Amino acid sequence: MAESVKDIVLEYIRNEYLEEGDDREVNYDTPIISGGIVDSFSMVSLKVFLETQYNISIPDTKATPEAFDSVNNIVTLLKEFNIE
Amino acid sequence: MPENTPFMKPYEEEIKTFSWEISKNELGYKDGDIINIGEYCTDRICRMGKSDKLALIWEGFTGEEKRYTFNDMRQLTNSIAKFLRDDLGIKPGQRVCLFMDKVPELYFGFLGVLKMGAIVQPLFSAFGPESLLTRLQDATTTAIFTQKKHLPKVRNILKDLPELKYIIVVDDEGAKPLKENEVAFNMDKVERVDSFDIYPTKAETPSVLHYTSGTTGKPKGAQHVHNSIISQYMTAKYVLDLRDDDIYWCTADPGWVTGTSYGIIGAWANGVTQCVMDAGFKSETWYKFIEKHKITVWYSAPTAIRALMKDGTETVRKFNLSSLRHLASVGEPLNAEAVIWSQEAFGMMFHDTFWQTETGCIVVSNYPGMKIKPGSMGKPFPGIEATVVDLKTFVPVNKVGIVGMIALKPGWPSMIRTYWNNEVTYKSKFQNGWYLCGDRASIDADGYFWFVGRDDDVINTGGHLVGPFEIESALLEHPAVAESAAIGKPDPINMEVVKAFITLKPGFEQNKMLELEIMNFVRKKLSALAMPQEIEFVDSLPKTRSGKIMRRVLRAKEWGEEIGDISTLENDM
Repeated sequence: MAESVKDIVLEYIRNEYLEEGDDREVNYDTPIISGGIVDSFSMVSLKVFLETQYNISIPDTKATPEAFDSVNNIVTLLKEFNIE
Repeated sequence: MPENTPFMKPYEEEIKTFSWEISKNELGYKDGDIINIGEYCTDRICRMGKSDKLALIWEGFTGEEKRYTFNDMRQLTNSIAKFLRDDLGIKPGQRVCLFMDKVPELYFGFLGVLKMGAIVQPLFSAFGPESLLTRLQDATTTAIFTQKKHLPKVRNILKDLPELKYIIVVDDEGAKPLKENEVAFNMDKVERVDSFDIYPTKAETPSVLHYTSGTTGKPKGAQHVHNSIISQYMTAKYVLDLRDDDIYWCTADPGWVTGTSYGIIGAWANGVTQCVMDAGFKSETWYKFIEKHKITVWYSAPTAIRALMKDGTETVRKFNLSSLRHLASVGEPLNAEAVIWSQEAFGMMFHDTFWQTETGCIVVSNYPGMKIKPGSMGKPFPGIEATVVDLKTFVPVNKVGIVGMIALKPGWPSMIRTYWNNEVTYKSKFQNGWYLCGDRASIDADGYFWFVGRDDDVINTGGHLVGPFEIESALLEHPAVAESAAIGKPDPINMEVVKAFITLKPGFEQNKMLELEIMNFVRKKLSALAMPQEIEFVDSLPKTRSGKIMRRVLRAKEWGEEIGDISTLENDM
């Protein structure tokens, strides 16, 4: 069964932004930007990942800290691009 | 003094009468006395009858809150000092690094290290292993305080750090065994030490080692001394207008100089209660924090202010921010639009302040009570002689509106004393009797300074200086990268962000996946600040005939500026 969008994004965040040994819990609702897991400078790399993974272009107006603040928020954003 | 009268007299009056002796007198310091920043910020405040006053209100990103009085802080900094000296055998003058998020242990660790006479080396916790290694190697650091989440970064580089004897983990709960040389120190459970023989540091005893990036070479360790508190105390009082009943919030991370000069020393030398939030940026979270703790004085950064601005005044209106009475900003020039917006949003303007790691304290600023010209840096702090000098002769320009390099007459108390292991570079900062800041500005007819830009290739992103050389070196370690150049490109929020120009090795093809891979490569190696926010793959880079990459050509194109003299350019672009 294909992995869901939600799980792909969650796995990417866990692998890329948590240091090895960082045992903080990250789930679908965890605030990742305001919670300091992904800082504002790193957000660009998360945006590039989503664009690469789903072959889309996310305009800067939509790539806000709020839109990226949790896996669920990101999934909502991706729905605007018909990615489900 | 009436409640609304600023501490500082009207500017023209103050500059005639000001002397650093005022600061020394207020601190109770006489030349030749023992002076220890750790003692001055804790024990001295308790002796002033403020033992039970709150020193720190800390909030974590989950909303967890901790409160410490000045007496708590006095005892806990003693505990840290005693632990370092007696349990670990750390000697005065050795370097102790703080590599932590904005947790209470970072703040108290800073003062504890100073109390036992060692040199404190705060480093930004978002640094990757390579950034960390460079700075620890240069300082031949003996011990490092860190958290479990950052421990792997330290472990990974340990083999290259023979001088690093102790890794102190502040949040170890014993779930996983620590390794050799690792030791747990739980500040909330440790025995409180009521009396500690504070090391008798003098004015010129080294205190803090802050690393700062330059255009070339490795980052430099700006070495400060305990005497810096004379400047930091007074500028915090006059520029930030800190009063006994203030609740103060400095948003800077103590990995950078603002976070120590005004997030620790300046505030606590004035006996002021300060708030710290250890969480990422979000407008509503910040406003809620101000509302909840009734913050009165707020010292922040243009990047944050512009991000708040983006979210609009309607977000501001959701909160009761009536406690605020004074706002200041630091890190990069505060644009006029942001100053004007803050008047609309908060009913008061942000006061821009200018200074550097090397100056240790605010040197040019807008002051409470002084007319603000939005977009201006303000005027020199009384007691500091500042001007702009000709870029070639280093003679003061003395003409209205002519751009030169900002220069300061050496001698104020918090000026750095050297760069660690790098006296040659330190000396090169002085010309014709002036300390050169490396920033260009002009002065108007009223004596206000107006920032123009950096005079080198250092990138100022979100108020943090990032050296292009470090980024380019990291890029070259990526297997696909043949050549690279890093510059700052304009950004509406962060002023500049890193952009990298890359030529690829044969066999590699440019694509979005490779761009992402390279971005993450730099982020993990150095830090998110250093990560290129944009990568442009090019066939060749502009170089001089001697093969040096001409960053200024790339930068000029990016900023839409005149390219200038390209007679030494080797190739067509």
